[in-house]
Amino acid sequence: MNLAIRDIRYHRGRFILTSIGLGLLLGVVISMGGIYRGLIADALAILHANKADIWVVQQNTNGPFAESSRIPEDIKYRIRAVPGVAEASPLSFQTIQIERHGKPFRFFLIGYEMSGFGGPPEIVAGRGIRQKHYEMVAARAMGMQIGEKIHLGLHDYTIVGLTGKIVSSSGDPVAYVSLVDAQDIQFKKDNDAIRNDRERIGANLANIQTLSPAQGKYLQQNISAITESTHTVNTIVVRLAPGANLHDVQERISRWNHFKPISDAEQTAILAKGMIEKARMQLGLFRVILLVISAVIISLIIYTSTLDKIKVIATLKLIGSQNRVIIGMILQQSLLMGFIAYFIGYGLILLTYEKFPRRIVLEAFDMQILFVIVMVICVISSFVGIRKALKVEPGEALGG
Amino acid sequence: MDKNMYAIEVERLTKIYGKGETAVTAIADATLQVKPGELVAILGPSGSGKTTLLTCIGLINEPTHGTVVIDGTTVADEGWKSGIDLKRMRREKLGFIFQAHNLIPFLTAQENVMIALEINNMTKNEAKSRATELLTSLNLGHRLGNYPSALSGGEAQRVAIARALANKPRVILADEPTAALDTENGKNVMALLKKLAVENYSAILVVTHDHRMVEGFDRIFQVNDGRITDEKSNLEVGASHERG
Ligand SMILES: Nc1ncnc2c1ncn2[C@@H]1O[C@H](COP(=O)(O)OP(=O)(O)OP(=O)(O)O)[C@@H](O)[C@H]1O
Ligand SMILES: [Mg+2]
Repeated sequence: MNLAIRDIRYHRGRFILTSIGLGLLLGVVISMGGIYRGLIADALAILHANKADIWVVQQNTNGPFAESSRIPEDIKYRIRAVPGVAEASPLSFQTIQIERHGKPFRFFLIGYEMSGFGGPPEIVAGRGIRQKHYEMVAARAMGMQIGEKIHLGLHDYTIVGLTGKIVSSSGDPVAYVSLVDAQDIQFKKDNDAIRNDRERIGANLANIQTLSPAQGKYLQQNISAITESTHTVNTIVVRLAPGANLHDVQERISRWNHFKPISDAEQTAILAKGMIEKARMQLGLFRVILLVISAVIISLIIYTSTLDKIKVIATLKLIGSQNRVIIGMILQQSLLMGFIAYFIGYGLILLTYEKFPRRIVLEAFDMQILFVIVMVICVISSFVGIRKALKVEPGEALGG
Repeated sequence: MDKNMYAIEVERLTKIYGKGETAVTAIADATLQVKPGELVAILGPSGSGKTTLLTCIGLINEPTHGTVVIDGTTVADEGWKSGIDLKRMRREKLGFIFQAHNLIPFLTAQENVMIALEINNMTKNEAKSRATELLTSLNLGHRLGNYPSALSGGEAQRVAIARALANKPRVILADEPTAALDTENGKNVMALLKKLAVENYSAILVVTHDHRMVEGFDRIFQVNDGRITDEKSNLEVGASHERG
């Protein structure tokens, strides 16, 4: 006969309530682990979507995510010429916050070359971008409808398709436009500013007496073209040809001045270790605190339920029960409570994790480790109760 | 053989609680023997040391001096004898019945009896059928699945008796088993004990302070102030009661 189960069956209301309470607590512990894994998954989402081997960024930066990086778009031609490079595609990144329906609306805009790669990983509704201008593909999480228009910079952009779940390293949903559009949105000055700049350049050139009017006009056109140029990107992503040596390609690019080739593994490390290290420590600390609280609560519950059972324990000793019967009763109750609470917490998070504002990723390994930790906590927590129970004298059963 | 003539042998048993100035001699120099099949009462006023005597015999209270022999095994000789597994002695040789029935509240009547059997290594099925049989013989066949809280005082006490009997102990110790019952139920319980002593050939030692309850007992020890002051046969008690 299992005394632990009989006792629980008799006091089921109390047992269920405490298990639910503990389950909620463990749910929070689980969700914090999930948030941490989610942070990593978010941070690496763009990386995984692009499947690039090398990220070429501005020299001396850890761009384009952890630090800002600006490089000329045209360097793509030079990179494509490097032996072992199969594809090189420029990308532009910017975070955008506008008002939509009266609320702040934040997303991460990626501009990509339509003939290259780095665009939407998949299209779940509508179509991809076909025209060079004014079309946009948005992540479903942005909640936009196909056909909806959004005003960015100087123009309106139409949503032509939706892509699945993809977020920036800070968790904002991602939208895609063509590289030219993205450069326009990022760099293009409004018409007044352009007109003023041109006037200023023209006036300055007119002051130079040695220039003929024809020369002045020619110079003005060129200077304007350069200052109005938006051909700047944040990174150029590179895919290697089969069999190409990553190290050799990196070596070669880093020999040029002004550029830094970051391998996919290095980029992963920059994002996973550097950017979210603080968040990881914070979440870890919370989890430890909550687990300690759980341990204290389990100890208290087991201790008070042992106190409630002093007479039962004394009676069991009186009729000659072995200590293992009594220890077993207390330990099993503790383990059972932890077991049930764990699955209540797990179930709760499974039911709700999609509704969390940030991504929750539940990894089997994390869950197994937590389960073991909870069981160990239950064993340790029951020690106080067991200690008390072993001290009970069988004579205590006699009192009225 | 001669050694086993008695189920309980107590010699010059003394129990002193505490030390020094606060020491209380609860029982002093008590000597008594009980044969198997005998129903014996310990009578005495409150605080006279009845429970102390019973718990020393029941191996839950260490005697300060003297010897206790249960079913031929010396368990105490100037304190516990070393090498004796008291728990095992208790579950194999002794059955306990107390004033408050001491049933385990979260076990049904049947399970309360079964637990005593299971801790004595009986399989679950055997325990179940033996418990059912015992309870049925005590007219509790219809109460097997009830929790103690749903039993009357008399029923609960009979469940406790069934539990005490479960392992067919040589010795049954009862401390005021009728105190929580009305006179009629009390008399029924005593009659049941009498029957069991004869049928099971157990030595039954019953503590009470109620003269009316000891009808039909084989012998009665009177305890006063920690000392056994008198030993009578049942007839004598009955007679003195009639006279008094
Ligand atoms: N654990 C203890 N510590 C100290 N003194 C005790 C203890 N138990 C009993 N005594 C004392 O020993 C004496 C005998 O007590 P005991 O319980 O044996 O009496 P009793 O005859 O059973 O009384 P009652 O009829 O009230 O149950 C009393 O003076 C009591 O105060
Ligand atoms: Mg008493």
